[in-house]
Amino acid sequence: MMYGYTWDTATPLAYAWSILPIILIGLTVTLKAAAAGFAIALVLGLVFAMLRRSRFRSVSWTTACVVEFLRDTPLLVQLFFLYYVLPEYGLTLPAFLTGALALGLQYSAYTSEVYRGGIEAVPRGQWEAATALNLTRMQTYRDIVVPQIVPRILPAMGNYMVAMIKETPVLSVITVLDMMALANMIGERTFEYLVPLTMVGVIFLILTLVCSAGLHRLQKVLPKAGIPLR
Amino acid sequence: MTENATPPLIQFAGVTKRFGALTVLDDFNFEVAPGEKVTLIGPSGSGKSTVLRILMTLEPFQEGRLTLAGMDYQEPAGTGPFKASERHLRDIRSHVGMVFQSFNLFPHMSVMRNVAEAPVRVLGLSRAEAEARALDLLALVGLVDKKDHFPSQLSGGQQQRVAIARALAMRPRVLLFDEPTSALDPQLVGEVLAVIRDLAHEHDLTMLLVTHEMRFAREVSDRVCFFDKGRICEQGSPEAIFTAPSHPRTCEFLASVLG
Repeated sequence: MMYGYTWDTATPLAYAWSILPIILIGLTVTLKAAAAGFAIALVLGLVFAMLRRSRFRSVSWTTACVVEFLRDTPLLVQLFFLYYVLPEYGLTLPAFLTGALALGLQYSAYTSEVYRGGIEAVPRGQWEAATALNLTRMQTYRDIVVPQIVPRILPAMGNYMVAMIKETPVLSVITVLDMMALANMIGERTFEYLVPLTMVGVIFLILTLVCSAGLHRLQKVLPKAGIPLR
Repeated sequence: MTENATPPLIQFAGVTKRFGALTVLDDFNFEVAPGEKVTLIGPSGSGKSTVLRILMTLEPFQEGRLTLAGMDYQEPAGTGPFKASERHLRDIRSHVGMVFQSFNLFPHMSVMRNVAEAPVRVLGLSRAEAEARALDLLALVGLVDKKDHFPSQLSGGQQQRVAIARALAMRPRVLLFDEPTSALDPQLVGEVLAVIRDLAHEHDLTMLLVTHEMRFAREVSDRVCFFDKGRICEQGSPEAIFTAPSHPRTCEFLASVLG
């Protein structure tokens, strides 16, 4: 029994049906972690990309180092570090928050490169027009640059979103009770792993397929020139 | 100009601008009186556009002094390539507007938004005020009916007219035109020149125009400056320059462009 639901291992189908509510509880955790992680990656990635383009060499260089470090060290190491090492220095975060943060941090390094490519593809004339109109750098990013790069970066961002969703099970190692962790626990108690793990796999497959289809659709409806402002 | 007593609005004093080893402006001296309409002509690479780009703070310069309405471009304690703080540069920019060869309209914004955006963001106008101002300016350039279109739906000539309205919406004292018709199909040049010609009647607006349209330069400008190798080698009234050029380089250039 888990979360008040008892399982029925009589037949595979009955077993699957009986543990579905538990798996779905795990799914909400998975979705929340992916959503929080990706939100962090989207915002922080843009911040990194902007800092890397700073006029101040020290700022751009430091940012480049941080991004490179995040990109080139394993997620699992970062995850353990945040979860086990930070508390030694007085910073204890709940497991879920730690997991979302680790996902977001690692993926912000990837998304910052996507943003950077998108920003570099904005013609120089757009920046010059913004300067001539006396817009600040922040206003230029917000009103001119970001709306224009969205259609261009959407495919790459979509890939990273799908990749991140698929990586959420790694959070189970720091006791986050996501879909994977619950399926594993059910397996440990029933000695019957096939059904719960298959269910997790199928749900991930559906999840990523739906995301891909949604992104594809979004790409179709979004004008090439950018998010239209009237 | 030197003959009247009003202090110059723009003053280049010994300005030198280099791109690496290439010297684009060489000990450059140039003054523009308030309200004056000045055309810069000359072969490509002679530094005409660079003068405009420096005035718009798109390019820094290395030596000399540049002032606009008594304001120095470079600050005594300024750092960075511009030797000035961003805040100081923004002060300067608030007096200057620019129209580009390639229009540089914002492709994701409607015509209305292109014109009204900066007045809202930078001047702090309400959206309604900015749109009322934009409508007046779109009327001036004859494009009110296109206000909800996007740049990609307009011809080059129409895009450039929107770009002029967009620059005017910031109410600059100085308006810079960097080869505004060079990217246009020949049949679209006239409509843009007509708009600029109307603006040339604005008494208070100071205009600097880089162009290859010699007949037009002759019509609208108070003064024509002929550039060669980073210096003005001859300047004077349009009549003087076009009918009786004295410098051999000017004669050569005019012969080549006027055929």
